[in-house]
Amino acid sequence: MILQFFSSTLRMTTPLGFAALGGIYSERSGIINIALEGMMLIGAYGYVVGASATESAWIGLCVGIGFGIFIAILFAVATITFHGEHIVTGIAFNLITFGVTKYIIPSQERIPGLPEIGLPILGSFSILVYLLPLLMITSHIMLFKTPWGLRLRAAGESMEALKTLSLSRAKWQYLGLILSGILASIGGCFLISDNHYFTERIIGGRGYVALAAVIFGNWKPFSAVAASLLFGFSIVIGLANQWGIPIQLIESLPYVLTMVVLAGLVGKSRPPAALGRMET
Amino acid sequence: MKEILYKSVVQLRQLLRDLLPPLLAICGFFLLCGVVLYCSGRNPLEFYTTIYMSGFSSFDEFGGVLFYATPLIFTGLAVAIGFKGGLLNIGCEGQLNVAAFAAALVGIHLRLPLVLLVPFCIVAAMIAGGTWGTIPGILKAKFGAHEVINTIMMNFIAAILTNFLVTSIYQEPGQMNLQTSPIQETARLPRLAGVLTFLPDDNLLNTSFLLACVCVIIAYIFLKWTRWGYELRLVGKAPEVAEYGGINPRVVIVWGMSLSGAISGLAGVADVMGYNYRYVDSFSSGWGFTGIAVALLGKNHPFGVFAAALLFGLLDKVALDIEFMLEIPRGLFLIGQGLLIVALVCLEGMSKKVKV
Repeated sequence: MILQFFSSTLRMTTPLGFAALGGIYSERSGIINIALEGMMLIGAYGYVVGASATESAWIGLCVGIGFGIFIAILFAVATITFHGEHIVTGIAFNLITFGVTKYIIPSQERIPGLPEIGLPILGSFSILVYLLPLLMITSHIMLFKTPWGLRLRAAGESMEALKTLSLSRAKWQYLGLILSGILASIGGCFLISDNHYFTERIIGGRGYVALAAVIFGNWKPFSAVAASLLFGFSIVIGLANQWGIPIQLIESLPYVLTMVVLAGLVGKSRPPAALGRMET
Repeated sequence: MKEILYKSVVQLRQLLRDLLPPLLAICGFFLLCGVVLYCSGRNPLEFYTTIYMSGFSSFDEFGGVLFYATPLIFTGLAVAIGFKGGLLNIGCEGQLNVAAFAAALVGIHLRLPLVLLVPFCIVAAMIAGGTWGTIPGILKAKFGAHEVINTIMMNFIAAILTNFLVTSIYQEPGQMNLQTSPIQETARLPRLAGVLTFLPDDNLLNTSFLLACVCVIIAYIFLKWTRWGYELRLVGKAPEVAEYGGINPRVVIVWGMSLSGAISGLAGVADVMGYNYRYVDSFSSGWGFTGIAVALLGKNHPFGVFAAALLFGLLDKVALDIEFMLEIPRGLFLIGQGLLIVALVCLEGMSKKVKV
C-alpha cells in the first residue's frame, strides 16, 4: 500500500518536475513561459508519432524532444526577435499545439514505454524517473555555480550587466527557451511512456501546475522539484481519497498554495528582476 | 473649412493605420487555412464557400453567428478593459464559470416574477465574476503579485469549485451529465425569434446579444467620457503620472479587475440564461481565452471588440459546420486562431520597438 503510494507519487511528480526545470531555464533568462503546457503536449505528441511509426520508444523520445525544440524556437522567434508579448504568445502557442493534436490525430494504439530499471523493494521505474534528480542537480550547478549560468541569469535579472560584457541578451534567451522546450517535452514524453495511450487531455493542465511549482519553488531547481513532489503527492492523495475529504479540496491545493506564496503571505517568492521585459 | 478637411484626412489615415494590421492578419488567416487545406489535398474553394454558406447565406445562419459571438463580446470587452488599465486578465474563464453558477443558483431557487428575477440573476453573476476578478486585483495592489499567475490559478480553482458544487450538492437527480436542475422559466432570457419574424423559431439568438450590444456602448462611453474611464486609461499608460495627478493606481487596479471580472461574468449569463438554462459542468469552450484574441484583434476598442467577436463567432460556427460537412477537423481553426494571435502580438511588438 505504502509502496504503491510511493510509486504513484513519483509517477505524478516526474512530468511536473521536468516541466518545472524547463520553466526555470526560460524564466531565469527573462521569458515568461506560459507555453509549458503546449511544449509538454507537443512532446507527448511527438513521442506518439515517433514511437508508433518505428515501434521504438527511444526514437519516440527523440522525436518528442525534437518537436519540443521546434516549438520552443518558434516561441523564441515570436517573443524575442519579434518582441511579442510573452503571456499572450504563450497562450497562443498552447492553442496551436492543441490544434495540431486535433488536426492530425495521432495513433490511438498502445505506445511502447521507455525501459524501466528495478530497485530492490521499491519496484521498477521508468528511466526518466532516475533522470530527474540528476538533471535537478546538474541544473542547480549549471545555473548557480558556473559562469554560463551566471550569464543566463543575468539575461533575466539585469540586461545592463550583459550589455557591459557586450553579450547578446537574445542569444541567452534563445538558449533558455530551447532548454525549456527540451525539458518540458521530456515531461510530456514521460506521460505517454507511462500511460501508453494518447488522449487530447493527456497533459490536463500539468504545464500550468509546473509553472506554479516554479513560482512556489522560488525559481530554484531543488525547491521547484520539491514543489512538484508536493503537488504530485497532493494529486495522489486526492486520487486515493480514503478520508472523506472532498477530492476537489486537495486538487485545488497547488493553485491556492501558489497564490499564497506569490502574495508573500508565507515566505516570499521573488521573480527574476527583468522577467517579461522586452528590450534587448 | 480647410482645417476641418485636413483634420478629417489625418483622422482617416490614423484609422486606416489602426485597421490595417488586424485586417491583414485576418486575410492572412483565411489564406493560410486555404493553403493548409490545399497542401493536405483538398479543394480550398469548397472551404470558402462553406464559410459563406454557414455564416451569411440566410438570416437564420447569421443569427447563429451572432449567437456564437455573444459570449465572446463579453469576454473580449472584459479583457480589453483590463488591458486599458494595464492589467492582463487571463482569468475570464474562471470568472464566467463562477458567474454562471451563481446565475444558475439564483435562477433555480429565487421565486420572483420575470421582471425581477432576470436582473437578480444577472447581478448575482456579475457579483460572482467580479469577486473572482477582485481577488487577483487585491493581491496585485496590496502585495504586488502578478495578476497573470493569480488569474490562471483562479481559473483552476473556479473549475474545481464549480465541479465540486455540481457533483456533490447540486447535481440534477437521475442525470449522467454533470449539470444542475434547470432554472425557472421566469429566469430565462427570451429568444429574439419571437420578435424578429424573419428568424425561424429554433434560432438560438437571444436577448443576451442585446445585453452585449448595450455593454459595448456603455463601455465606449465609460472609457471615453467618464472620469473613471480616464483614470483607468491613465493608470494603464503611465501609473506614475496618474499618481502625481492624485489618482491612487492601487485603487484603480482593484476596481479595474472587479469590473473586468463582472463583465466576463456576463458571458456565463449568456450561456445559463440564454442557452442551456442550467449550469453544465465545463460548458465554456475556452471563451475566456478567445476573449484575449478578440481584445487583441479589436485593439481594445469596444467597437473593435464587437467586430472581432463577430469574426470569432463566425469561426466558432463555421468550425462546427466544416467538421460536419467537409470532415475537416476543427483543430485547423485552433491552429489558425493561435497563429493569428501570434501574428498580431508580433506586429504590435514590432511597432512598439520601432517607436522606441
